Parts: sequence; structure tokens; C-alpha cells
Amino acid sequence: MPILEVSRLSKRFGTAEVLQGISFTLDKGSALAIIGSSGSGKTTLLRCLNFLERPDEGRISVEGALLFDAADPKTQAEKEIRTKRLNFGLVFQAFHLFPQYTVMKNITLARELLEKARRRDTGVIVTQEQVEAEARALLAQMGLSGKEAAYPHELSGGQQQRVAIARALALKPKILCFDEPTSALDPELTGEVLRVVRDLAKQKTTMVIVTHEMAFARDVADHIIFMDEGQIVEEGPPEQVFGAPREERTRQFLARYANEA
Amino acid sequence: MTNVSTIIGRLTDSFGLNLQLFGLTLLFSLPLGLVIALCAMSRFRPLALITKGFVWVIRGTPLMLQVIIIFFAPGLLELGAPWGSGASARFTAATIAFIINYACYFSEIFRGGIQGVPLGQAEAGQVLGMTRSQIFFRVTLLQVIKRILPAMSNEVITLIKDTSLARIIAIKEIIMMAQEYTAQGLIWPLFSTGIFFLVFVGLLTLLFARMEKKLEYFRV
Ligand SMILES: Nc1ncnc2c1ncn2[C@@H]1O[C@H](COP(=O)(O)OP(=O)(O)O)[C@@H](O)[C@H]1O
Ligand SMILES: [Mg+2]
Repeated sequence: MPILEVSRLSKRFGTAEVLQGISFTLDKGSALAIIGSSGSGKTTLLRCLNFLERPDEGRISVEGALLFDAADPKTQAEKEIRTKRLNFGLVFQAFHLFPQYTVMKNITLARELLEKARRRDTGVIVTQEQVEAEARALLAQMGLSGKEAAYPHELSGGQQQRVAIARALALKPKILCFDEPTSALDPELTGEVLRVVRDLAKQKTTMVIVTHEMAFARDVADHIIFMDEGQIVEEGPPEQVFGAPREERTRQFLARYANEA
Repeated sequence: MTNVSTIIGRLTDSFGLNLQLFGLTLLFSLPLGLVIALCAMSRFRPLALITKGFVWVIRGTPLMLQVIIIFFAPGLLELGAPWGSGASARFTAATIAFIINYACYFSEIFRGGIQGVPLGQAEAGQVLGMTRSQIFFRVTLLQVIKRILPAMSNEVITLIKDTSLARIIAIKEIIMMAQEYTAQGLIWPLFSTGIFFLVFVGLLTLLFARMEKKLEYFRV
């Protein structure tokens, strides 16, 4: 059974149909890359998965449990949305680290608040030391040991994005989403971020990666989705989508990229 | 013959009134300003529109006029004497006018400050499972404060000087007190009031510089 099932998801902004019946599934431990030209709805799709946008139609299930059904208001209660969100993590294009907190606090803040609530509700105690030890391990994994006390503005873009990845991982999401994690970076800094994502893929982290880095997508993803104008035009394993695209629109898109690169 | 130290003592006492008005105005207009800012940003359009209209009227008319209206309106409209009587009534009316006026100015500063924080900050908090109040208090608030400190410092400096407007309803603040001596042919007390304001504004400037310095450790 797939860990994530998205079924006939649609989203309108006014009259613009930004997502039109998007359906796909994702297996546990696999990496899905979503490609497509700008404006095709990739960000909106990730935002729907993370409940930053409310889809107008469709369903989202994780591990077989129905999280969201546009036709069923019971699945949309504000209070539960907050818990449901925690199935997903989201790494933004522009990092959005909290500027007034150190790297350590950026990673631990949400976790501390959650553990406090959990202690109140269930009596389960996770100590501050435990939370910080886990954060340090994540930082080491990101190649950022020693940066615990730094503030975001003291870091390069590539380092900030790696902190943002650690911050998302600290909550142990079942599915980690990336929205063009290297698009805001200088070209010489994209490598360090892509390397981290590649390592996560090797460790079988379940991921949805929106990216413009075609070579990276081909290399790291188990499955590719090509989107255009709010629809999935083509999907399949990387060899097929990149090597032998069946759709004319996919071919045009890939040709445009080949020319630019 | 009044001697110098008596005059300075009486000027100091009356500057106490300026300071009281200053303190009370800050105490109440800061939270009220935040409420007004939130109403102006409300997604409930009528509330936002009414609030913005109110702010426009208050910012668009002289504070001096507002002081006069608040003081005299209840009597003229035969609403009794909500401010009480005598000197304390005058002070209450002036304080209320100042609070409303400054709350409106502060609300615009708050609104700018809140809207200036990138939406991504709140969204980052949301995807990390934080509640709305956790996001406001743990993520947004300090960034807002850092953004608005320079504008607040201006406004607060203006406030201490504005307190002299209260004399329009015969509140014996420092300049009014000094003018009593001018009438007796003594001009230096009037000039010396400037020193009171200068010193106090100097202290405010130091205080704000210190707060800004405290928040220098991060960038927004
Ligand atoms: N909040 C919004 N309000 C109105 N239109 C939006 C909003 N967000 C996105 N859109 C529109 O939806 C379309 C898809 O946007 P987006 O999901 O950001 O695409 P992509 O990430 O593939 O570039 C674009 O035409 C964009 O202008
Ligand atoms: Mg996008």
C-alpha cells in the first residue's frame, strides 16, 4: 500500500484552475520529483499537501487513513489540520528560517512546543537534552556541526537551506516536501543542498521534490511527474520521462531545458 | 519676589503633569493601537472599513481639536459630566483624547510592522504544527518590534511635546505655568521649559537606541 494517495485534487484561485484533478501515489521510502514550467501549479500542489491551501476537490490519504476530503467538512476541522500537517514536512524555496533564533533554536522550537503539549496530554516526557541531541545529530548529517549558535543571517544561502531541511526533519515527518530548494541559491551553492537531499534519498526518506534541476531529478528520483497547466501530463520512471518521453509537451519542455543548460 | 528655585520647583511640578499624560497615554494607547491594527486588518470587511475610516478621521484632524471636543462634547450634548468636575475632569478628558489619537497613530505603525513580516514566517510556523498564538508570540512579534522601533521612537518623542497641547483646556502643564511668569515680566522660565523637554527627549533617545541595539543581533 502506498504511503501517500492523492486523488483528483483540484484548486481554483478565482476563475483560474490551478490544479485540475491531480492524482498520484507515492510509496514509502521512495522519492518523487515533480517537474514543469513555472506557473504549472507545482507549488500549489505542495501547499495543498501541507494544508497551506485548501483544495476545492479531491482527497488526500496517508498510510491508508483519509486526511482530507473536500466533500467532507469533518476532515477539515482547523484543530485537526494542525496535527495532520505533521505527516508532511515542507522545505521552502526561500528557506524562511526564523531570524531571531539560533540555528539550534530554529530546529528545536516547534519540537519543544509539541513535546510540551504531548507531556500535558499523555504524560510522555522527552527531555530538552534529548531534543537538542537529536538536533545536533541532524546538523551533523547536514554537514553543519559547530553552527549551533549561529544566527541565520550569518550563514550562506546553502547553509540556511540545510538548516531548514534539518528543521523540517526534526519533527520526523512521514513525507518531506521540497519546493525548488535550490532556486534561491547562487549556482555554486546548489551542490551542497542537492548532496544532502541525495543522502536523504539513499536513506530511503520518503520525499516529494519539486525541482528545476533535471539532472538531479533524473539521478535521485524513483518516479517523475511532469506537470503543465495544472495537470499531470506524463509520469513514469526517470529513464522513461527523460529518455523517451511519450507526450509532445514533455518533449518541448525538456528541449527548452536542454537549450538553456 | 519669587526666587529662582521656587520657580524651577513649580515648573518641575507642572512638568509632572506632562509626564503623567505621557505615561497614561502610552500605557493605554499601545494595547488599544494593537487592537485597532488587528481590526483594520480583519478579514471581515465592514469592520476593517469602519476602523480605517475612524483612523482617517482621528489622524486627519488636529489633536488640539480632539481635546476640545472630548472635553466639551458631553456638556454640549447634555450627556451629564462623564469626566467629573474641576481640574481632574480636564485631565481625564485630555488623557482620553490623547489615548485615542495616539492609538490611531500606533495602529498604523503596528499594521505596517505586522504586514511587513514576510508571510513565509507564519507559514513556516504553520507547517511545523505551531498554533496561531505560538506563531504570533514566538515567531512574528519580535520581528514586528524590531521593524517598528524607529517609527515608534519618533512617535513617542512627538508625544511628550504634544502633551503641552493640554493647556487648551486649562491644564496647567509646564508651558502654561511658565507663561504666568511671562505675564509678570519674567521671560527665562518660558525658555527654560525647553530644557525639560530636551532632557526628557534625550533620555527617550538613549532608551530607544538601547532597545534597537538589543535587537541588533538578528536581521529581518
Ligand atoms: N494565492 C494565489 N492567488 C491567486 N493565484 C495564485 C495564487 N498562488 C498561485 N497562483 C497562480 O497559480 C498558478 C500556479 O502557481 P504555482 O503553483 O506557484 O506554480 P509553479 O510552482 O509551478 O510555478 C500561477 O498562475 C499562479 O499565478
Ligand atoms: Mg513554484
